[in-house]
Amino acid sequence: MNSIKTTGAQAVMKSLVAEQVDTIFGYPGGAIMPIYDALYDYVSTINHVLVRHEQGAIHAAQGYARTSKKTGVVFATSGPGATNLITGLADALIDSTPLVCITGQVASHLLGSDAFQETDVVGISMPITKWNCQVTKAEEIPAAIAKAFYIARSGRPGPVLVDITKDAQFGVMEFQYEKRTRIRSYRAKPKISKTNVEAAALLINNAQKPFLLIGQGIMLSNAEKDLLRFVEKSGVPVASTLLGLGAFPNNHPQYVGFLGMHGDYAPNIKTNECDVLIAIGMRFDDRVTGDVSRYAKQAKVVHIDIDASELNKIIHADVAVHADAKEALSILSELVQEKQHTAWLQEFKDAKKVEVETLQVSAKELHSEEIKMDEVIKILSDITNGEAVVVTDVGQHQMMTARYYQYNKTKSNVTSGGLGTMGFALPAAIGAKFGAPEKPVVAIIGDGGFQMTLQELGTILQSKVDVKIIILNNRFLGMVRQWQQMFFEKRYSFTEMISPDFVALAKAYSIEASKFEARTDLKETLVKMLNHKGSYLLEIMVAKEENVFPMIPTGASVSEVRLN
Amino acid sequence: MEKTYTVSVFTENSIGMMNRITIIFTRRHLNIDSITASESEIKGVFRYTIVLRTSREQVDKVVGQLEKLIDVFKAFVHEDSEIVHQEIALYKIRTETLTNGDVEKVIREHHARILTVDPKFMVIEKTGHVEETQLLFENLQPYGVLEFVRSGRVAVTKPMKELSAYLEEL
Repeated sequence: MNSIKTTGAQAVMKSLVAEQVDTIFGYPGGAIMPIYDALYDYVSTINHVLVRHEQGAIHAAQGYARTSKKTGVVFATSGPGATNLITGLADALIDSTPLVCITGQVASHLLGSDAFQETDVVGISMPITKWNCQVTKAEEIPAAIAKAFYIARSGRPGPVLVDITKDAQFGVMEFQYEKRTRIRSYRAKPKISKTNVEAAALLINNAQKPFLLIGQGIMLSNAEKDLLRFVEKSGVPVASTLLGLGAFPNNHPQYVGFLGMHGDYAPNIKTNECDVLIAIGMRFDDRVTGDVSRYAKQAKVVHIDIDASELNKIIHADVAVHADAKEALSILSELVQEKQHTAWLQEFKDAKKVEVETLQVSAKELHSEEIKMDEVIKILSDITNGEAVVVTDVGQHQMMTARYYQYNKTKSNVTSGGLGTMGFALPAAIGAKFGAPEKPVVAIIGDGGFQMTLQELGTILQSKVDVKIIILNNRFLGMVRQWQQMFFEKRYSFTEMISPDFVALAKAYSIEASKFEARTDLKETLVKMLNHKGSYLLEIMVAKEENVFPMIPTGASVSEVRLN
Repeated sequence: MEKTYTVSVFTENSIGMMNRITIIFTRRHLNIDSITASESEIKGVFRYTIVLRTSREQVDKVVGQLEKLIDVFKAFVHEDSEIVHQEIALYKIRTETLTNGDVEKVIREHHARILTVDPKFMVIEKTGHVEETQLLFENLQPYGVLEFVRSGRVAVTKPMKELSAYLEEL
């Protein structure tokens, strides 16, 4: 590229263009004004989404990254603008979401002086970013941004923050941009050990009861097709973590369900009955494993992950393969024998039947006139054919959606997994729609979580984004209430919620809305919402004290999963 | 079982590196006994030597997370038997105590050396393991130690594989 004299702020924009950025979520302020001024020249080519709070910007960028496979980009100013990104950074780090956050900073001569809106954002965000840096000179901007994009999306993806002082934004420099493809102290893609993959294949080929657990790593490495080939050839049953939902079509006969604390009965109990446990692109979160000392002790474990520090971190792996999931699966598919595990698969189906029957009995015991969350999700799944992008918040509705929505398409599940961030769904849904404009985006949110970031209705109003919002209102912080009921003698300490008139609230933002209280016409109501042109908010009053089952209580083993 | 481990971390010379490293120990509620940093035999590559007491399992996991840092080339964990390590200690005492012949004997016996002598004070230097520098401190104390300071551990490994060989693998 020919060098041209530009300001640091213009260099930021040119660098983003060089990285093919077409969408930015942000909020202006004093220390980032030169960059916003430079952005003004790009309004016809770059879509900047003005949010109502910086937390909304970063969650939107996360939603965008999760549905588009691109890197989410965020602009925020110094001080409070930057600190408002913290929750999203922590969320994106634990859920491996590629983000580049650009924050303004006070002029370099004021650093450390407690200047107006000065905060040590590099120090604050150090433990919750994959990498961060501060730039104090205009000429350092292109290299810092190039490095940021390379780090954010390579290897195990994650959030990166680049803090740029105001004088660096004003400074004049010769612009030159070179994309980064290598950092000498960082190995993005591990060299796969053929011997280890062969050892894994040998275990799988000799297994009588092999069981495969998949995580988001499948989608992050674009290994969906390789996975399908491996699964169909080897005949193994497949279960998914929360973030892995969508990586494998849930209507596939070898798909046996969702793992973990509120996962399905079959995959949880079979974890302690299989002879070879294969885990790919997942990290054995405590919500998946329950008590680790009683987790899959009878099985040989094969663990494949791109992040070496995840191998042997929680569960000892008999064969640990440090590799990109796609690469490992393509080699593994060659090495495994063609097999069918019909009787073993049938065991999962039998266990599933037990689960369905037990849950039906419990459902009858509840007041029948009250709408249950799972009814809503099942109908939504049917009428969207499991092909909508479904964004969830955190709590009972999230687990119900993970349990009953049939995710048939990759990159269709956006939720806050590792961090469990309430308030995530509304802004993430906005970003998800920008990331996948051709797909319907449905946000399913509890009455509690919705009120944590409801100001983003203003973003929907201004950017005219088409997001369908379902509030499952049980007038409680349902998940905490469920725990209080089960483990704290029904002492409902501060979990009852008084909420505003959500329909009126939506209408105040010119968003079409309705409230649904009776069971009749639930399907028609959902169809009407989906067919509505533009955003729609549907508040559904659901049973006040419904519990999510199955459940593995804290400290229990996966084989002690409770059905009621 | 808890034991003393020495962790060597090879890094780029970037701002905040010390902070990035220590955060990983803090998160796991691990206390660092000593930490030193300097440029290694390769220009631009810095070496941190960190000493702590913990279990092998914990320290292995820490090393995994250290290596995950973008600016870290490589991290190693060593038991005391796998390294040659040393610390330096300085002792400031009143010059007048020298008139007492016993102080000279103490210095001689400990193979310590006198760095400087001022009309009012003198500084003694001793290198060795903690137990050795500590013993000298205790033996000097009867004569009055005005100041005592000990560095963190520095260590080289006994295996002959050079860092540059690891770097080439990267």
